[in-house]
Amino acid sequence: MTDCTEPRPGWAGDGRGGEGQEGMKMRLSMRWFSAVGWRHGVAVVALLFSLFPIVFVVSAALNPLGTLSSTTVLPRGASFGNFSRLLTETPFPHWFLNSVLIAGVSAAASVFLSALAAYAFSRLRFRGRRPGLLALLLIQMFPQFLAIVAIFLMFSTITELWPPIGFNRSWGLILLYLGGALGVNTWLMKGFFDTVPRELDESATMDGASHAQTFFRILLPLVAPILAVSGMLAFIGTINEFLIANVFLTDTGAKTLPVGMYGLVAGERNSNFGMFCAGTLLTAVPTVLVFQVLQRAIVTGLTAGAVKG
Amino acid sequence: MKTALLERETAPAVAPRGPRRGGARGRLLTVLLLGPVAAIALWAAFPLLEQGHWIALGVLAAATAGLFYLYLSPRHVPAKYLVPGTLFLLIFQLFPVLYTASTAFTNFSDGHRGDKRDAVVAIQTASVTRVPGSAEYVLTVATTGDPATGPLSFLVTDPATGRVSAGTAGGLRTLPPGEVTVNPAGRVTAAAGYTVLTGGQAAARGREITGLVVPTAGGAIRSQGLTRAYEGRAGRAYDEGCDCIREAATGKTWTADDGRGAFIAADGERLAQGWRVGVGLANFTRLITDPAISGPFARTLIWNLIFALASTGGTFVLGLGCALALHSPRMRGRALYRTLLVLPYAMPSFAMLLVWRDMFNTDFGLINNLSGLGVDWFGGATSARIAVILVQLWLGYPYMFLVATGALQAIPAELSEASKLDGAGPWQSLRRVTLPLLLVALTPLLISSFAFNFNNFNAIYLTTDGAPFAADNPANGATDLLITYTYRLAFGGSGAQYGFAAAVSVFIFVIVAVISVVSFRRTRRQEEVYS
Repeated sequence: MTDCTEPRPGWAGDGRGGEGQEGMKMRLSMRWFSAVGWRHGVAVVALLFSLFPIVFVVSAALNPLGTLSSTTVLPRGASFGNFSRLLTETPFPHWFLNSVLIAGVSAAASVFLSALAAYAFSRLRFRGRRPGLLALLLIQMFPQFLAIVAIFLMFSTITELWPPIGFNRSWGLILLYLGGALGVNTWLMKGFFDTVPRELDESATMDGASHAQTFFRILLPLVAPILAVSGMLAFIGTINEFLIANVFLTDTGAKTLPVGMYGLVAGERNSNFGMFCAGTLLTAVPTVLVFQVLQRAIVTGLTAGAVKG
Repeated sequence: MKTALLERETAPAVAPRGPRRGGARGRLLTVLLLGPVAAIALWAAFPLLEQGHWIALGVLAAATAGLFYLYLSPRHVPAKYLVPGTLFLLIFQLFPVLYTASTAFTNFSDGHRGDKRDAVVAIQTASVTRVPGSAEYVLTVATTGDPATGPLSFLVTDPATGRVSAGTAGGLRTLPPGEVTVNPAGRVTAAAGYTVLTGGQAAARGREITGLVVPTAGGAIRSQGLTRAYEGRAGRAYDEGCDCIREAATGKTWTADDGRGAFIAADGERLAQGWRVGVGLANFTRLITDPAISGPFARTLIWNLIFALASTGGTFVLGLGCALALHSPRMRGRALYRTLLVLPYAMPSFAMLLVWRDMFNTDFGLINNLSGLGVDWFGGATSARIAVILVQLWLGYPYMFLVATGALQAIPAELSEASKLDGAGPWQSLRRVTLPLLLVALTPLLISSFAFNFNNFNAIYLTTDGAPFAADNPANGATDLLITYTYRLAFGGSGAQYGFAAAVSVFIFVIVAVISVVSFRRTRRQEEVYS
């Protein structure tokens, strides 16, 4: 904010006569520092904090010995041994596919479900609208996984009756994650829907569009940023979900990345550390991709839902 | 005007207004979407039909019919949008949550799982001992799932008849001779639907095999080693006349106490296997009155609040600071800085939590190696708490940075220019103009971040797992949050206490809900003030 308050004389014409060149340089660099320099200072410190664990993970993944105790911050040697061990000796590719499938499908489906609900809460008036909104807020406050005993008993029955959506199947887990879809995203989306002027859908209605056409053709394209944000948040949340997946998926081939990789370092913590870090880097790939693709929408979407105007 | 339009939209008659090309297409789409619904319902109906679950079948039919009515009728427009998500919410969230909450009023725990009949069966099977003349079987250990983790079954071959039966804790059933292959020694080499464990696999699960007891009419079948089994006789039996368990050898009796769900002897001795009964508010009063529980509980609650506040506030201050620093058009390389700063957010958090755990490792962790401190980070309460908050800051501040950057960009430039014209310094304009606007925009996010961190299970479970623990209380550690503490109560090594854990979760729910609702109310008022 400092730069805004200063009068902005031209940088070159600022040196008045009577001062030595040394003094001028000093003043210039002082000014540079108070306007821009400190910003670089803060940014570099933040970067160091942000990046050193990641550099450490890269270094561990490339470490030819692959143990925790032999890993240093900066890589001492480069070998892809950890990666090839991970891909050949463990079912990592299976875990990876499972995770991407589960997180992708449940993120997309949950965004769709909550967009539908957000539309109703934002645009339609019906009895029980306010209590419904409050109920959603409250339900999501109950830590879902504490219900894990109930979920376990419930899915024991489901596994008996319908094995394709039971334990050790991706579809069962996806269904379970969709139970939390409304609670997490509806509020965020409703806020964003509220910022879209009502005149738009009113004029569409006047032109004879049905409610479904208004929703799919007019509103959905306008709220694309918040769809991107909710989708990404849901994706990240699901791909990191450990506890329910850990109870749900016990067959080695059915596991997701968190469950499988936790198993890697649970027993052989020191010697599998390199493989684990290689897996960490590979796990980050889908998230970074999603993030890069949606980045523009994300920066507007994250805040516009909350800022009015 | 608005309401009139809406009413017309939800009015029963969909009189065609203008050209209705989309109407016919919409109809077609509805039918196309309802097709799979019908198919899924049909698919789900068959197992219910086969097993005779008539009530469930009725519910399924009613739900399907309801869906068809809803989407084919032009009425009930809001419901058309709300029902899909609500269905999932009801089945997979609300039902388990209510079920859990209802167990808070029972004694559901290890030893109090099933009903009274289950308890009697368990008592009788546990008292099985080998007596002279017990039948002997050749044993093959098999599983219906994964050899390392799947549920175990005993395939027992009667040496006299050569008949093979499959036994689990649920009972014994004879296998049709066509489905099993038996070698000359009587061992099963293959059976339809089962995976036979190799010697090594069986040895690895030796303890489970020893623990498996298959109830039979007169007693139970137990293993003896990995290849032989015997059928022993029960030493204790239920006597309906006195509603008690009687031990045949000594004549001692344990009488059923339906209030506590256990068999209790005259001398106060209580059998380990009981059944599930309602206990009213006992779990809640235990939380408050039992000093061994309420003391650590209050300490955990305070630390939990500190953790949530420090994580939310810390990440917000750090994120906002970085966003302010990078919010200058004169600064070069902003895009690069931003991309690199949010990298921690893109890394998988579960994995990074485990990496941080290892970085704090006392002996070969990076932090001690670099700083040369040699601190036993997770050994002391204060250092462990600092460590977990530090990890949370690292994981959380990139998100706050992103959000604050977006909010800063959304504040109109005229506002800060106007305040400059009015003679405000940079600090003043930040405090009086920028911050209030930012807070209005970000408070809902801060509240949900607080609620998330209040129950941030992974942050503790994957790093310290509650450590360090006091010597006298292994169930409650210094960095435990209520949620990890509850998890340990419910699933920990010292016997599962689901009922009590459910009471704690109800308690957590009430705390978080009250805090959130109150602050949401306040934000709404704030918003009205500023807008």
